[in-house]
Amino acid sequence: MSEYKIILKTISIISLLGLIFAVSLSITFEKSNPLIEQNKIEFKTKLLNEILDGLDYDNDLINSFISVKPNELLKNKIETKAFLAKKNNILQAVLIESIAPDGYSGDITILTAINSNDEIIGSRIIDHRETPGLGDYIDQKKSTWIFNFNGMSLSNRADPDWRVKKDQGTFDYKAGATITPRAVINSVKNTLLFYKENKELFND
Amino acid sequence: MIKEQIKDGLWKQNAGLVQLLGLCPTLAVTVNITNGFALGVATIFVMMLSNISISPIRNYVPESARVPIFILVIAGLVTIVDLSINALSKPLYDALGIFIPLIVTNCIVLARVEAFASKNTTLPSLYDGFFMGLGLTFVLIILGAVREIVGNGTLFQNVHFLIGDKYEFLTIQLFDSSDGFLLAALPPGAFIALSALILFLNLVNQKR
Repeated sequence: MSEYKIILKTISIISLLGLIFAVSLSITFEKSNPLIEQNKIEFKTKLLNEILDGLDYDNDLINSFISVKPNELLKNKIETKAFLAKKNNILQAVLIESIAPDGYSGDITILTAINSNDEIIGSRIIDHRETPGLGDYIDQKKSTWIFNFNGMSLSNRADPDWRVKKDQGTFDYKAGATITPRAVINSVKNTLLFYKENKELFND
Repeated sequence: MIKEQIKDGLWKQNAGLVQLLGLCPTLAVTVNITNGFALGVATIFVMMLSNISISPIRNYVPESARVPIFILVIAGLVTIVDLSINALSKPLYDALGIFIPLIVTNCIVLARVEAFASKNTTLPSLYDGFFMGLGLTFVLIILGAVREIVGNGTLFQNVHFLIGDKYEFLTIQLFDSSDGFLLAALPPGAFIALSALILFLNLVNQKR
Protein backbone atom coordinates (compact mmCIF):
# COMPACT_ATOMS: atom_id res chain seq x y z
CA MET A 1 0.00 0.00 0.00
CA SER A 2 1.34 3.41 -0.92
CA GLU A 3 1.94 6.04 1.71
CA TYR A 4 -0.96 8.15 0.49
CA LYS A 5 -3.36 5.27 0.74
CA ILE A 6 -2.37 4.65 4.36
CA ILE A 7 -2.81 8.32 5.21
CA LEU A 8 -6.17 8.38 3.49
CA LYS A 9 -7.28 5.24 5.30
CA THR A 10 -6.16 6.63 8.66
CA ILE A 11 -7.94 9.93 8.11
CA SER A 12 -11.16 8.28 7.01
CA ILE A 13 -11.36 5.80 9.88
CA ILE A 14 -10.63 8.48 12.49
CA SER A 15 -13.22 10.78 10.93
CA LEU A 16 -15.76 7.99 10.74
CA LEU A 17 -15.27 6.98 14.37
CA GLY A 18 -15.30 10.63 15.38
CA LEU A 19 -18.60 11.07 13.60
CA ILE A 20 -20.12 7.94 15.17
CA PHE A 21 -19.14 9.06 18.66
CA ALA A 22 -20.18 12.66 18.07
CA VAL A 23 -23.64 11.41 17.11
CA SER A 24 -23.94 8.95 19.98
CA LEU A 25 -22.65 11.51 22.47
CA SER A 26 -25.13 14.11 21.32
CA ILE A 27 -27.97 11.59 21.56
CA THR A 28 -26.87 10.64 25.09
CA PHE A 29 -26.55 14.29 26.00
CA GLU A 30 -29.99 15.15 24.65
CA LYS A 31 -31.52 12.24 26.56
CA SER A 32 -29.67 12.75 29.82
CA ASN A 33 -29.51 16.52 30.04
CA PRO A 34 -33.15 17.14 31.05
CA LEU A 35 -32.75 14.50 33.77
CA ILE A 36 -29.45 15.99 34.93
CA GLU A 37 -30.90 19.51 35.04
CA GLN A 38 -33.95 18.24 36.91
CA ASN A 39 -31.72 16.36 39.36
CA LYS A 40 -29.75 19.54 39.95
CA ILE A 41 -32.87 21.60 40.69
CA GLU A 42 -34.29 18.89 42.96
CA PHE A 43 -30.97 18.58 44.73
CA LYS A 44 -30.69 22.34 45.17
CA THR A 45 -34.27 22.69 46.44
CA LYS A 46 -33.71 19.86 48.88
CA LEU A 47 -30.48 21.44 50.06
CA LEU A 48 -32.02 24.91 50.48
CA ASN A 49 -34.94 23.44 52.46
CA GLU A 50 -32.57 21.42 54.61
CA ILE A 51 -30.53 24.50 55.51
CA LEU A 52 -33.68 26.54 56.20
CA ASP A 53 -34.55 23.83 58.74
CA GLY A 54 -38.33 24.01 58.54
CA LEU A 55 -38.53 27.80 58.24
CA ASP A 56 -41.95 28.87 56.99
CA TYR A 57 -41.96 30.51 53.57
CA ASP A 58 -44.44 30.65 50.72
CA ASN A 59 -42.52 31.89 47.68
CA ASP A 60 -40.98 29.89 44.84
CA LEU A 61 -37.54 29.76 46.45
CA ILE A 62 -35.51 28.37 43.56
CA ASN A 63 -36.70 31.19 41.28
CA SER A 64 -36.43 34.10 43.68
CA PHE A 65 -32.86 35.22 43.95
CA ILE A 66 -30.64 38.22 43.47
CA SER A 67 -27.30 38.14 41.69
CA VAL A 68 -24.24 38.79 43.79
CA LYS A 69 -21.24 40.22 41.99
CA PRO A 70 -17.73 38.99 42.84
CA ASN A 71 -16.60 40.71 46.02
CA GLU A 72 -13.88 40.65 48.64
CA LEU A 73 -15.97 39.17 51.46
CA LEU A 74 -17.65 36.25 49.73
CA LYS A 75 -14.63 35.67 47.47
CA ASN A 76 -16.88 34.49 44.65
CA LYS A 77 -15.15 34.56 41.29
CA ILE A 78 -18.30 34.66 39.19
CA GLU A 79 -21.75 36.08 39.83
CA THR A 80 -23.64 33.83 42.24
CA LYS A 81 -27.27 33.57 43.23
CA ALA A 82 -28.44 34.54 46.71
CA PHE A 83 -31.85 33.00 47.37
CA LEU A 84 -34.60 34.83 49.24
CA ALA A 85 -37.19 33.02 51.36
CA LYS A 86 -40.32 35.15 51.87
CA LYS A 87 -43.62 34.79 53.65
CA ASN A 88 -46.44 37.13 52.59
CA ASN A 89 -43.77 39.03 50.69
CA ILE A 90 -41.76 39.73 53.85
CA LEU A 91 -38.17 38.55 53.83
CA GLN A 92 -37.69 35.63 56.23
CA ALA A 93 -34.22 34.43 55.32
CA VAL A 94 -31.46 34.75 52.75
CA LEU A 95 -29.19 32.00 51.48
CA ILE A 96 -25.76 33.26 50.48
CA GLU A 97 -22.98 31.32 48.83
CA SER A 98 -19.39 32.02 49.83
CA ILE A 99 -16.00 30.62 48.98
CA ALA A 100 -13.17 29.86 51.37
CA PRO A 101 -10.09 29.97 49.12
CA ASP A 102 -7.61 29.33 51.93
CA GLY A 103 -8.46 25.71 52.75
CA TYR A 104 -5.89 22.95 52.55
CA SER A 105 -6.64 22.03 48.96
CA GLY A 106 -8.62 24.26 46.64
CA ASP A 107 -11.76 26.31 47.15
CA ILE A 108 -14.41 25.32 49.68
CA THR A 109 -17.88 26.43 48.63
CA ILE A 110 -20.28 27.13 51.49
CA LEU A 111 -23.97 28.02 51.56
CA THR A 112 -25.21 29.92 54.61
CA ALA A 113 -28.78 30.78 55.57
CA ILE A 114 -29.32 33.93 57.64
CA ASN A 115 -32.66 34.79 59.26
CA SER A 116 -34.29 38.18 59.84
CA ASN A 117 -32.51 38.55 63.21
CA ASP A 118 -29.16 38.30 61.38
CA GLU A 119 -28.55 34.90 62.95
CA ILE A 120 -27.28 31.89 61.06
CA ILE A 121 -30.00 29.30 60.54
CA GLY A 122 -27.44 26.87 59.20
CA SER A 123 -24.42 26.43 56.95
CA ARG A 124 -23.62 23.63 54.55
CA ILE A 125 -20.56 22.70 52.50
CA ILE A 126 -21.51 22.56 48.83
CA ASP A 127 -18.17 21.56 47.41
CA HIS A 128 -14.68 20.89 48.71
CA ARG A 129 -11.55 18.87 48.00
CA GLU A 130 -10.16 18.58 51.51
CA THR A 131 -8.21 15.46 52.45
CA PRO A 132 -10.55 12.48 52.90
CA GLY A 133 -10.51 11.29 56.50
CA LEU A 134 -8.59 14.35 57.66
CA GLY A 135 -9.94 17.76 56.70
CA ASP A 136 -13.27 16.57 55.38
CA TYR A 137 -15.00 16.57 58.78
CA ILE A 138 -16.28 20.04 57.86
CA ASP A 139 -18.57 18.23 55.40
CA GLN A 140 -22.05 17.57 56.84
CA LYS A 141 -21.91 14.11 55.24
CA LYS A 142 -18.92 13.19 57.39
CA SER A 143 -19.56 14.86 60.74
CA THR A 144 -21.80 17.32 62.59
CA TRP A 145 -19.09 19.97 62.85
CA ILE A 146 -20.82 22.39 60.47
CA PHE A 147 -23.89 22.57 62.75
CA ASN A 148 -21.79 24.54 65.24
CA PHE A 149 -22.73 27.62 63.27
CA ASN A 150 -26.45 27.25 63.97
CA GLY A 151 -27.78 30.30 65.83
CA MET A 152 -24.55 32.26 65.72
CA SER A 153 -24.54 35.93 64.75
CA LEU A 154 -22.08 38.81 64.78
CA SER A 155 -23.86 40.43 67.72
CA ASN A 156 -24.43 37.37 69.91
CA ARG A 157 -20.85 36.13 69.63
CA ALA A 158 -17.68 38.02 70.42
CA ASP A 159 -14.99 38.20 67.81
CA PRO A 160 -12.62 35.65 69.45
CA ASP A 161 -15.42 33.06 69.44
CA TRP A 162 -15.08 32.80 65.66
CA ARG A 163 -11.97 30.67 65.99
CA VAL A 164 -11.02 27.06 66.61
CA LYS A 165 -10.23 26.05 70.19
CA LYS A 166 -6.55 25.91 69.37
CA ASP A 167 -6.72 29.68 68.71
CA GLN A 168 -8.71 30.26 71.94
CA GLY A 169 -12.04 30.11 70.11
CA THR A 170 -15.10 27.88 70.55
CA PHE A 171 -14.88 25.57 67.54
CA ASP A 172 -13.76 21.95 67.79
CA TYR A 173 -11.07 20.83 65.40
CA LYS A 174 -9.27 17.66 64.50
CA ALA A 175 -5.56 17.50 65.32
CA GLY A 176 -3.51 17.90 62.16
CA ALA A 177 -6.35 19.61 60.30
CA THR A 178 -6.81 23.17 61.55
CA ILE A 179 -6.33 24.98 58.25
CA THR A 180 -9.63 23.71 56.90
CA PRO A 181 -11.93 24.78 59.80
CA ARG A 182 -10.16 28.13 60.06
CA ALA A 183 -10.94 28.80 56.41
CA VAL A 184 -14.58 27.77 56.79
CA ILE A 185 -15.15 29.78 59.98
CA ASN A 186 -13.62 32.85 58.35
CA SER A 187 -15.76 32.50 55.27
CA VAL A 188 -19.01 32.06 57.21
CA LYS A 189 -18.17 35.06 59.35
CA ASN A 190 -17.46 37.12 56.23
CA THR A 191 -20.83 36.04 54.85
CA LEU A 192 -22.52 37.62 57.89
CA LEU A 193 -20.43 40.74 57.38
CA PHE A 194 -21.42 40.88 53.73
CA TYR A 195 -25.09 40.59 54.64
CA LYS A 196 -24.75 43.29 57.27
CA GLU A 197 -23.08 45.69 54.84
CA ASN A 198 -25.37 44.99 51.89
CA LYS A 199 -28.77 44.67 53.49
CA GLU A 200 -30.42 47.12 51.11
CA LEU A 201 -29.59 44.72 48.28
CA PHE A 202 -31.81 42.06 49.80
CA ASN A 203 -34.67 44.23 51.01
CA ASP A 204 -35.79 45.70 47.71
CA MET B 1 -11.16 -20.25 26.19
CA ILE B 2 -13.10 -18.38 28.87
CA LYS B 3 -11.19 -20.20 31.64
CA GLU B 4 -8.02 -18.50 30.52
CA GLN B 5 -9.58 -15.06 30.77
CA ILE B 6 -10.89 -15.83 34.26
CA LYS B 7 -7.47 -17.02 35.44
CA ASP B 8 -5.62 -14.11 33.82
CA GLY B 9 -8.04 -11.44 34.97
CA LEU B 10 -8.43 -12.57 38.56
CA TRP B 11 -4.95 -13.85 39.34
CA LYS B 12 -2.17 -14.42 36.81
CA GLN B 13 -2.41 -11.04 35.05
CA ASN B 14 -4.36 -9.15 37.74
CA ALA B 15 -4.57 -5.52 36.65
CA GLY B 16 -3.95 -4.01 40.07
CA LEU B 17 -1.38 -6.45 41.46
CA VAL B 18 0.54 -7.95 38.54
CA GLN B 19 0.25 -5.56 35.63
CA LEU B 20 0.19 -2.63 38.07
CA LEU B 21 -1.88 -0.62 35.65
CA GLY B 22 -4.57 1.81 36.66
CA LEU B 23 -2.75 2.82 39.81
CA CYS B 24 -4.17 6.35 39.78
CA PRO B 25 -7.74 5.34 40.72
CA THR B 26 -6.51 2.27 42.62
CA LEU B 27 -4.58 4.43 45.05
CA ALA B 28 -6.72 7.56 45.10
CA VAL B 29 -10.27 6.22 45.32
CA THR B 30 -9.86 3.36 47.76
CA VAL B 31 -10.46 5.25 51.00
CA ASN B 32 -13.46 2.97 51.61
CA ILE B 33 -15.18 -0.11 50.20
CA THR B 34 -18.05 1.84 48.66
CA ASN B 35 -15.81 4.01 46.47
CA GLY B 36 -13.67 1.06 45.42
CA PHE B 37 -16.65 -1.05 44.52
CA ALA B 38 -18.47 1.69 42.59
CA LEU B 39 -15.41 2.71 40.59
CA GLY B 40 -14.61 -0.95 39.94
CA VAL B 41 -18.06 -1.59 38.50
CA ALA B 42 -17.85 1.52 36.29
CA THR B 43 -14.43 0.35 35.07
CA ILE B 44 -15.72 -3.17 34.30
CA PHE B 45 -18.51 -1.60 32.28
CA VAL B 46 -16.16 0.67 30.30
CA MET B 47 -13.67 -2.15 29.68
CA MET B 48 -16.34 -4.49 28.34
CA LEU B 49 -17.73 -1.77 26.07
CA SER B 50 -14.35 -0.62 24.79
CA ASN B 51 -13.15 -4.18 24.14
CA ILE B 52 -16.24 -5.15 22.15
CA SER B 53 -16.14 -1.86 20.23
CA ILE B 54 -12.53 -2.25 19.16
CA SER B 55 -12.51 -5.98 18.48
CA PRO B 56 -14.89 -5.95 15.44
CA ILE B 57 -13.01 -3.07 13.77
CA ARG B 58 -9.51 -4.31 14.68
CA ASN B 59 -8.63 -5.17 11.07
CA TYR B 60 -9.48 -1.68 9.84
CA VAL B 61 -7.39 0.19 12.40
CA PRO B 62 -4.08 1.34 10.84
CA GLU B 63 -1.10 0.41 12.99
CA SER B 64 0.31 3.95 13.06
CA ALA B 65 -2.88 5.59 14.31
CA ARG B 66 -4.15 2.91 16.68
CA VAL B 67 -3.58 4.74 19.98
CA PRO B 68 -5.53 7.91 19.05
CA ILE B 69 -8.31 5.72 17.69
CA PHE B 70 -8.46 3.61 20.85
CA ILE B 71 -8.45 6.71 23.03
CA LEU B 72 -11.19 8.27 20.91
CA VAL B 73 -13.40 5.21 21.43
CA ILE B 74 -12.62 4.93 25.17
CA ALA B 75 -13.17 8.66 25.78
CA GLY B 76 -16.49 8.57 23.92
CA LEU B 77 -17.68 5.57 25.93
CA VAL B 78 -16.55 7.01 29.25
CA THR B 79 -18.38 10.26 28.53
CA ILE B 80 -21.55 8.30 27.79
CA VAL B 81 -21.17 6.37 31.07
CA ASP B 82 -20.44 9.63 32.91
CA LEU B 83 -23.57 11.34 31.56
CA SER B 84 -25.70 8.27 32.23
CA ILE B 85 -24.59 7.94 35.87
CA ASN B 86 -25.19 11.65 36.38
CA ALA B 87 -28.71 11.31 34.99
CA LEU B 88 -29.57 8.09 36.82
CA SER B 89 -28.09 8.64 40.28
CA LYS B 90 -26.82 12.03 41.37
CA PRO B 91 -25.64 10.90 44.83
CA LEU B 92 -23.51 8.18 43.25
CA TYR B 93 -22.20 10.66 40.71
CA ASP B 94 -21.25 13.06 43.49
CA ALA B 95 -19.58 10.30 45.48
CA LEU B 96 -17.36 9.18 42.59
CA GLY B 97 -16.79 12.70 41.33
CA ILE B 98 -13.82 13.21 39.07
CA PHE B 99 -12.88 9.53 38.97
CA ILE B 100 -15.52 8.57 36.42
CA PRO B 101 -14.11 10.86 33.68
CA LEU B 102 -10.64 9.78 34.78
CA ILE B 103 -11.37 6.19 33.72
CA VAL B 104 -10.21 7.46 30.30
CA THR B 105 -6.73 7.89 31.63
CA ASN B 106 -6.77 4.51 33.38
CA CYS B 107 -4.00 2.67 31.58
CA ILE B 108 -5.61 -0.72 32.12
CA VAL B 109 -8.46 0.12 29.73
CA LEU B 110 -6.10 1.14 26.93
CA ALA B 111 -3.77 -1.73 27.73
CA ARG B 112 -6.48 -4.39 27.35
CA VAL B 113 -7.75 -2.85 24.13
CA GLU B 114 -4.22 -2.79 22.76
CA ALA B 115 -3.04 -6.15 24.08
CA PHE B 116 -6.19 -8.18 23.74
CA ALA B 117 -9.17 -6.70 21.87
CA SER B 118 -7.10 -5.58 18.89
CA LYS B 119 -5.88 -9.17 18.42
CA ASN B 120 -8.91 -11.30 19.33
CA THR B 121 -12.51 -11.86 18.30
CA THR B 122 -15.40 -10.13 20.01
CA LEU B 123 -16.59 -12.73 22.53
CA PRO B 124 -13.21 -13.47 24.15
CA SER B 125 -12.63 -9.69 24.22
CA LEU B 126 -15.86 -9.26 26.14
CA TYR B 127 -14.76 -11.90 28.68
CA ASP B 128 -11.34 -10.31 28.92
CA GLY B 129 -12.83 -6.87 29.64
CA PHE B 130 -15.14 -8.33 32.27
CA PHE B 131 -12.62 -10.45 34.16
CA MET B 132 -9.79 -7.94 33.98
CA GLY B 133 -12.20 -5.35 35.39
CA LEU B 134 -13.42 -7.82 38.02
CA GLY B 135 -9.86 -8.57 39.11
CA LEU B 136 -9.22 -4.85 39.52
CA THR B 137 -12.51 -4.43 41.39
CA PHE B 138 -11.49 -7.11 43.93
CA VAL B 139 -8.23 -5.28 44.54
CA LEU B 140 -10.09 -1.97 44.93
CA ILE B 141 -12.50 -3.53 47.44
CA ILE B 142 -9.77 -5.17 49.52
CA LEU B 143 -7.69 -1.98 49.55
CA GLY B 144 -10.79 0.02 50.44
CA ALA B 145 -11.64 -2.34 53.31
CA VAL B 146 -8.14 -2.31 54.78
CA ARG B 147 -7.72 1.45 54.55
CA GLU B 148 -11.19 2.11 55.91
CA ILE B 149 -10.75 -0.16 58.93
CA VAL B 150 -7.24 0.98 59.81
CA GLY B 151 -7.67 4.64 58.96
CA ASN B 152 -11.20 5.34 60.06
CA GLY B 153 -12.42 2.37 62.09
CA THR B 154 -15.41 1.80 59.84
CA LEU B 155 -16.67 -0.68 57.28
CA PHE B 156 -19.12 0.14 54.47
CA GLN B 157 -18.86 3.87 55.09
CA ASN B 158 -21.05 5.90 52.69
CA VAL B 159 -22.72 2.74 51.41
CA HIS B 160 -26.02 4.64 51.42
CA PHE B 161 -24.78 6.83 48.55
CA LEU B 162 -24.99 3.72 46.40
CA ILE B 163 -28.15 2.02 47.55
CA GLY B 164 -30.23 4.72 49.22
CA ASP B 165 -30.42 6.59 52.52
CA LYS B 166 -32.39 3.90 54.34
CA TYR B 167 -29.37 1.59 54.25
CA GLU B 168 -27.17 3.93 56.25
CA PHE B 169 -27.34 1.43 59.15
CA LEU B 170 -25.07 -0.93 57.20
CA THR B 171 -22.09 1.23 58.11
CA ILE B 172 -20.20 -0.49 60.91
CA GLN B 173 -18.16 1.59 63.34
CA LEU B 174 -15.48 -0.71 64.75
CA PHE B 175 -13.78 1.93 66.91
CA ASP B 176 -13.83 5.68 67.29
CA SER B 177 -12.63 7.21 64.03
CA SER B 178 -10.34 9.68 65.79
CA ASP B 179 -8.32 6.66 66.98
CA GLY B 180 -7.76 5.61 63.39
CA PHE B 181 -4.28 5.44 61.92
CA LEU B 182 -4.51 8.46 59.67
CA LEU B 183 -1.71 7.38 57.34
CA ALA B 184 -3.91 4.56 56.03
CA ALA B 185 -6.48 7.03 54.77
CA LEU B 186 -3.86 9.14 53.01
CA PRO B 187 -2.11 8.25 49.71
CA PRO B 188 1.00 6.69 51.36
CA GLY B 189 -1.33 4.26 53.13
CA ALA B 190 -2.62 3.18 49.76
CA PHE B 191 0.90 2.41 48.56
CA ILE B 192 1.72 0.43 51.69
CA ALA B 193 -1.53 -1.57 51.56
CA LEU B 194 -1.03 -2.27 47.86
CA SER B 195 2.50 -3.48 48.40
CA ALA B 196 1.27 -5.78 51.17
CA LEU B 197 -1.24 -7.27 48.73
CA ILE B 198 1.44 -7.74 46.07
CA LEU B 199 3.64 -9.42 48.68
CA PHE B 200 0.81 -11.79 49.54
CA LEU B 201 0.20 -12.63 45.88
CA ASN B 202 3.89 -13.31 45.24
CA LEU B 203 4.16 -15.47 48.36
CA VAL B 204 1.28 -17.63 47.19
CA ASN B 205 2.76 -17.87 43.69
CA GLN B 206 6.15 -18.88 45.12
CA LYS B 207 4.69 -21.66 47.24
CA ARG B 208 3.13 -23.31 44.19
